[in-house]
Amino acid sequence: MAFDYDKYIRPGKLPHIWCPGCGHGIVMKGLIRAMDSLNLKKEETAIVSGIGCASRLPGYLDCCTLHTAHGRAAAFATGVKMAKPEMNVILVGGDGDGTAIGGNHFIHACRRNINMTYIIMNNYIYGMTGGQFSPCTPTGAKASTTPYGNPDPGFDIAKLAIGAGASFVARGTAYHAAQIDKLIAEAIQHKGFSVVEILDDCPTTYGRRNKYRSVVEMMNRLKEVAVPVKAAEKMTAEQLEGKILTGVLHKVEKPEYCEEYAKVLQRAQAAK
Amino acid sequence: MAKKVAFLQGNEAAAHGALYAGCRFFAGYPITPSTEVAEVMSAELPKVGGKFIQMEDEIGAMAALIGASLTGVKVLTSTSGPGLSLKQENIGYACITEVPSVIVNVMRGGPSTGMPTGPSQSDVMCAKWGTHGDHPAICLVPASVQEIFEETVRAFNLAEKYRTPVMIMPDEIVAHMRERIVFPEPGELEVVDRTAPSVPPEKYKPYDTSFGDVPPLAAFGSGYKFHVTGLNKMQDGFPTTKAEIVQAEEERQVRKVEANKADIMKWEEYLCDDAEVIVVAYGSTSRSARFAVNEARKNGIKAGLFRLITFWPFPEERLLELSKKVKGFITPEMNLGMCTGVVKGCIEGNAPVLGIFRVDGEPINPGQILDKMKEVK
Ligand SMILES: Cc1ncc(C[n+]2csc(CCOP(=O)(O)OP(=O)(O)O)c2C)c(N)n1
Ligand code: SF4
Ligand SMILES: [Mg+2]
Repeated sequence: MAFDYDKYIRPGKLPHIWCPGCGHGIVMKGLIRAMDSLNLKKEETAIVSGIGCASRLPGYLDCCTLHTAHGRAAAFATGVKMAKPEMNVILVGGDGDGTAIGGNHFIHACRRNINMTYIIMNNYIYGMTGGQFSPCTPTGAKASTTPYGNPDPGFDIAKLAIGAGASFVARGTAYHAAQIDKLIAEAIQHKGFSVVEILDDCPTTYGRRNKYRSVVEMMNRLKEVAVPVKAAEKMTAEQLEGKILTGVLHKVEKPEYCEEYAKVLQRAQAAK
Repeated sequence: MAKKVAFLQGNEAAAHGALYAGCRFFAGYPITPSTEVAEVMSAELPKVGGKFIQMEDEIGAMAALIGASLTGVKVLTSTSGPGLSLKQENIGYACITEVPSVIVNVMRGGPSTGMPTGPSQSDVMCAKWGTHGDHPAICLVPASVQEIFEETVRAFNLAEKYRTPVMIMPDEIVAHMRERIVFPEPGELEVVDRTAPSVPPEKYKPYDTSFGDVPPLAAFGSGYKFHVTGLNKMQDGFPTTKAEIVQAEEERQVRKVEANKADIMKWEEYLCDDAEVIVVAYGSTSRSARFAVNEARKNGIKAGLFRLITFWPFPEERLLELSKKVKGFITPEMNLGMCTGVVKGCIEGNAPVLGIFRVDGEPINPGQILDKMKEVK
């Protein structure tokens, strides 16, 4: 029997705003399958986003949904989670939202290791505003504000998250759709701040300018560059040149923020 | 039983007022001269099961505040000028999404880093016009430690009642001075909680105006699922660009405060009945003004004090009435004429408005106000 996405889709809110060929919808389906596999209760789940095409995702889900300001999802979500730790809190957003304007909130959510899951849809570009370069746009690539090629070096989101203290970091791609739900489900189950980067595509503003003739070509690129971490262990440095690791990249046990704050309450009340 | 009395600093009183009002969440970022509010909250909140978080910056603090408020708790943040500038982004978000929140902003010299330890009253315009777009504004300007406590309680009540951010703006002098304060007993001051929905979850709309201009607000995690966005929204919370809906919703948001001015506005008239010259003042400046008025009366000058307790909404109608029978107004303030401009704007040219402006980090003293009175002919 085909999977029933309607269970988590908000009645009457489709069609979505995304362009044909946009990878964000693939990620949303993966998230829904993950939520379903864990049987997350919709009224006990908050989906929080910033601003951008990716950040429109919460509106389509039948949960407690919070579409905030550009880059601020992690900070809003921290407030929700701190105030109500029993809620499942899932953040979604784009590469620009999370790593440029929201970079500070992102690294501090990682550092606190607060029990939330952050799904970053990395299409290498500011899609919503028409294709300006983001901190994840590859050097040399064309964007509407890099007509002569992008001079900026890009961020490695996974390394950034690990360096900042996230206790679970995974990466998948929109091409490997069947893996997305598994990565997200594992991230949600992990206690601590978990980051799932999904490489996807923006055919409308990135593909067009960077000589991808079709969405299929963009998807094929994802297929070609992705190497599962397990497979990479057996590969040489030359073989790994230009490749991107996928799967669970980092998973450690660390004190979780809300649990640590619960201890603060205990100490304060004992001292009273 | 005798009431609890203490010798408290203004900032400490703000924190205790918040706790009295039932505040259970604080998010902030340290900044002089407001930090004591955060310090007291970090110590007191965990004792009563509340949460305190020091965020990475003021943008994040205001964001966390709104997130927490959406789970149904009463929330407070505190800051000062540079932090207020950063909070403006999400103050606008709280306005359009109609999420109750209380912001203490202790006024220090500006713009920018300005004079971190010097008093000022130059953020009063920022309270109304700091965030972009049309939006409601409530700003309280207490003048004593006791009043900071009481007005903080009222700030929470207004935030909850009207589903909007409320600012309390003591100047640095009021925030840092120490005075005797008598703690109200529990139940002595009114404490208002936001209206929870009366309809079942499947019928709930976060902006359902069939319940009036201030629709009930459900809490995340209480069985209600709903959408919150900073985009212009419809009654069900989802974005719209439909002209007539956007117009109506924008007007309603502002009307929530404008139509309830009588409930929100507060001021004190001291010796204004027969006054020929009225000093319009607020915060610590109003204390110098009261002294000056008393001195003037001793010298046979019919002076009065009109002390603002809410700066926004501004008591325009009352000042217009008074302007018809006075020879002039004096508006001392620690900025270059912010209140002065507002007074001029509402009295239809009925009387001269003479400002006294200081931005040098020094308070306005009674002598300056007395001297100015002599210019009113
Ligand atoms: C404070 C602020 N600055 C700029 C913008 C304009 N803006 C909207 S979306 C966006 C970029 C979004 O890019 P990304 O997060 O990568 O999402 P995508 O659209 O690519 O999915 C920008 C710059 C804004 N909404 N708010
Ligand atoms: S502009 Fe790009 S990111 Fe936005 S919906 Fe279209 S394809 Fe997706
Ligand atoms: Mg993007």
